[in-house]
Amino acid sequence: MADLSIDLAGIRSPNPFWLASAPPTNSGYQVMRAFEAGWGGAVWKTLGDPIVNVSSRFAGLQVGSQRMFAMNNIELITDRPLEVNLKEIREVKKRFPDRAVVASLMMEPKKESWQELVKRVQDVGVDGFELNFGCPHGMSERGMGSAVGQVPELVQQSTEWVVEAAEVPVIVKLTPNITDIRHTARAAAQGGANAISMINTINSLMGVDLDTWYPVPHVDGKGAHGGYCGPAVKPIALHMVADCARDPDINIPISGIGGVSTWRDAVEYLLMGATGVQVCTAAMHHGFGIVEDMIDGLNHYLDDRGLASVRELTGRSVHRYTEWGNLNLEYKVVARIDQDACIRCNKCYIACEDTAHQCIDRVPQPDGIHRLVVREEDCVGCNLCSMVCPVDDCITMVQVDASKPAQTWREREMARIGGK
Amino acid sequence: MSERLESSSLFASIHRSLGRMDVVHEANRCLYCYDAPCTQACPTHIDVPAFIHKIRTGNLKGSARVIMEANPAGASCARVCPTEELCEGACVLNKEDVAIRIGDLQRYVTDWVREHDVELFQPGPPTGFRVAVVGGGPAGLSAARELARMGHSVTIYEAKSRLGGLNTYGIVPFRLPEDVALWEAEQVVKLGVTVHTDTAVGRDISPQELLTRFDAVVLAFGMGAVPRLGIEGEELTGVWDAIELIERVKTGKSIGEIGSTVVVIGAGNTAVDAATCSKRLGAEQVTMVYRRTEKEMTAYEFEYDFAKQEGVEFRWLSAPTRILGEEGRVRGVEFIRMRLEAADDSGRPRPVPIPGSEYVVEADTVIRAIGQHRLTEVLQGLGVECRDGVIQVDERFRTSNPKVFAAGDCTFEKGRGEAMVVEAAEQGKVAAWSLHQQWSHMQRV
Ligand SMILES: Cc1cc2nc3c(=O)[nH]c(=O)nc-3n(C[C@H](O)[C@H](O)[C@H](O)COP(=O)(O)OP(=O)(O)OC[C@H]3O[C@@H](n4cnc5c(N)ncnc54)[C@H](O)[C@@H]3O)c2cc1C
Ligand SMILES: Cc1cc2nc3c(=O)[nH]c(=O)nc-3n(C[C@H](O)[C@H](O)[C@H](O)COP(=O)(O)O)c2cc1C
Ligand code: SF4
Ligand code: SF4
Ligand code: SF4
Repeated sequence: MADLSIDLAGIRSPNPFWLASAPPTNSGYQVMRAFEAGWGGAVWKTLGDPIVNVSSRFAGLQVGSQRMFAMNNIELITDRPLEVNLKEIREVKKRFPDRAVVASLMMEPKKESWQELVKRVQDVGVDGFELNFGCPHGMSERGMGSAVGQVPELVQQSTEWVVEAAEVPVIVKLTPNITDIRHTARAAAQGGANAISMINTINSLMGVDLDTWYPVPHVDGKGAHGGYCGPAVKPIALHMVADCARDPDINIPISGIGGVSTWRDAVEYLLMGATGVQVCTAAMHHGFGIVEDMIDGLNHYLDDRGLASVRELTGRSVHRYTEWGNLNLEYKVVARIDQDACIRCNKCYIACEDTAHQCIDRVPQPDGIHRLVVREEDCVGCNLCSMVCPVDDCITMVQVDASKPAQTWREREMARIGGK
Repeated sequence: MSERLESSSLFASIHRSLGRMDVVHEANRCLYCYDAPCTQACPTHIDVPAFIHKIRTGNLKGSARVIMEANPAGASCARVCPTEELCEGACVLNKEDVAIRIGDLQRYVTDWVREHDVELFQPGPPTGFRVAVVGGGPAGLSAARELARMGHSVTIYEAKSRLGGLNTYGIVPFRLPEDVALWEAEQVVKLGVTVHTDTAVGRDISPQELLTRFDAVVLAFGMGAVPRLGIEGEELTGVWDAIELIERVKTGKSIGEIGSTVVVIGAGNTAVDAATCSKRLGAEQVTMVYRRTEKEMTAYEFEYDFAKQEGVEFRWLSAPTRILGEEGRVRGVEFIRMRLEAADDSGRPRPVPIPGSEYVVEADTVIRAIGQHRLTEVLQGLGVECRDGVIQVDERFRTSNPKVFAAGDCTFEKGRGEAMVVEAAEQGKVAAWSLHQQWSHMQRV
């Protein structure tokens, strides 16, 4: 059994799986149930000044038979009184001293307000703070959440106020609704944040009802943009995590959030630089029990790879994530089809024929059935056929011409300019 | 067994009802293959991935149109096609997974369209050409529908009082309820096709008259009754022609007492239907007796499995020699054992009696299901070439008379297609197309 415990800027937890600040961490009852199920930490549903929520708040995206491929929401921060939340946080921490209990906070951009909230919450024994500069709806219209999170100067300022008053580590949660997340991440680091977490939800309009022509979800016939999350957002979040991980000016631990549903997703985040992950949608889809396989699967993975600690994964793939100009232009792969595995659905053929490079032939065989054969000299190695093929490992992309010396675009340009 | 119980099991479909969730999951499993083998394997070439995709997008009307366009008997076929030999047998998922339940999905869509009174097809602008269709079974209806869509004026002559052919009268109700067949017929009639029921060509109207009154004739009269066995005792009460027995049952007519022991002679589609029908009529012991073996039987695998499941027993390598009776009623059958010799002209091993091996089995009812007669009276004076009562057609379903086309079971002979609903539907369709093609360069007012 590998060691799954992590230490995110001084916040320790027995495993890297935390619940993100969201409905699953709304109350002490829920967080205790989650901890009983095995979650390593929980970021409490964002605390702040009292708000009123609307009814009809979520919508799900279904792709084929897969429900909740994504969801969006127009929920605001906690609608429960602060005293009640604080009392419950204290109880949870007392019952589960080994788990990470982090309080998510959101305040109007005023120093006194922020610092007063920090002190009150600190008193109940939280292990850290997470500043919610990410909520993309509602709160942002009131100058909070992503309204702050989209302006690096405001991020830095609020972070400084909190760090000044806080005695426990401070995580800044970033919004993805920005062109380049590194600017706000750098501002958080500059402001003294001990860690950053990302992503909060993405601006979205989930859909339009084909019968009523109302937006989905709607509140009494009207809709507003909401925050998008779930498996569909993982690639977007992963790129942001990786961008921050390789930025020399950021250099603080990262808590990865966005579409984590399995231990596999978590491993990817860790490899791309995260110290731990946070989960919301997957828990909302299946309940707290899913953490069991997250822990179990991660354990087996680490054992199989001979790794003693999950910490050994963090950042291991970051150096392989670079700019396009650093990719080897001489690297060439072609598609190769395993004729025994092929079930002759012709999906590779039509994909290449209609939308790639017309280099898969259907070659008739004496038995009347045809074979799918790649004309390797014409294949550009785009991978499309191997993506649409329904049979695992039936189409593999194999390297050819491996003997050629590597040359990147950057190198080629340098040579060209140098040669002039 | 009480009468109510009997009739409920006779009319209770063997097809379980399909939940929407089940259907959508199954539809989502389809890969949407390109040049899909399932479509190639369907005799009518239904674009299977297209109709399944339309289930996924909630376009059930479009889905039904894809099915019914290719196969005017698509609703019946969803229930009676030997799918594992056709579309499902060809599904690429057989190799790594299990085939898509294409028949079930097709049944779901066609049930939906039957319940929702949706107009799928319209008649074409009138061409002035007149066609007579002889026989309103799947082949005739299919030809009539295509001809009407092309704007030709179509008249169907049907000997029975209702359309649908064997789909309405011949296939047991628990496999194919008559309302499915009648709905299909109604779709054709709605296109403005004229129908003369209770009108047998050759009896009520002469074939030559058709030739003079119409520009062309499509023959689709199927096959006839089950031939006699040609043995002693066939006139006894309790000896049945399988097709007649099923027709009586399906139309709610009395068949008298079936008794507790039933012997069915034959091992094809019809024999299976007669045997399972007998079981559901309350017979305790039903035995199918065949002169060859399990290997040579012509019933489909699924039919054989179904018969076994229904508790039907089998006796191989035996042929009836006489039917025994008492007071005019069947009491038993004498059989003689057979052995198989080298293949005959049908390509199957030839059964030969073993002298002195006669034995008797008890029976209250004997049902013969040894094929069907050829109807030849319809052909009088049409100048159509036949071989052993089978109309000879080319690949476009043209007969030797350029004004006469033929499709379905009346053209069926060994080694040329199969006597199946789906084949009949395809042939009717192609016959209509080739007729249309012949006319497309002509004008008529
Ligand atoms: C018991 C049984 C079970 C079967 N099970 C299956 C099955 O599971 N799957 C499958 O695919 N196939 C099955 N078949 C075969 C299938 O029913 C036939 O292949 C199909 O019905 C042939 O269609 P058709 O239109 O050529 O002939 P038919 O369906 O026989 O229709 C011919 C029509 O012509 C009419 N007619 C006949 N003579 C005249 C005349 N002189 N004038 C006017 N009208 C006339 C008849 O009344 C009839 O309505 C089964 C057949 C039987 C008997
Ligand atoms: C209904 C709902 C409410 C949320 N509320 C908050 C919140 O109060 N504070 C916060 O920081 N993030 C909130 N989030 C964002 C999540 O914490 C998380 O960043 C996001 O859902 C991405 O993770 P996921 O893909 O695992 O769901 C909320 C998300 C959802 C779905
Ligand atoms: S990799 Fe791209 S170009 Fe090559 S065969 Fe596949 S689809 Fe065609
Ligand atoms: S997509 Fe895969 S399984 Fe399908 S034909 Fe191509 S190689 Fe074969
Ligand atoms: S072969 Fe199977 S998977 Fe492919 S289109 Fe047909 S039903 Fe779908």
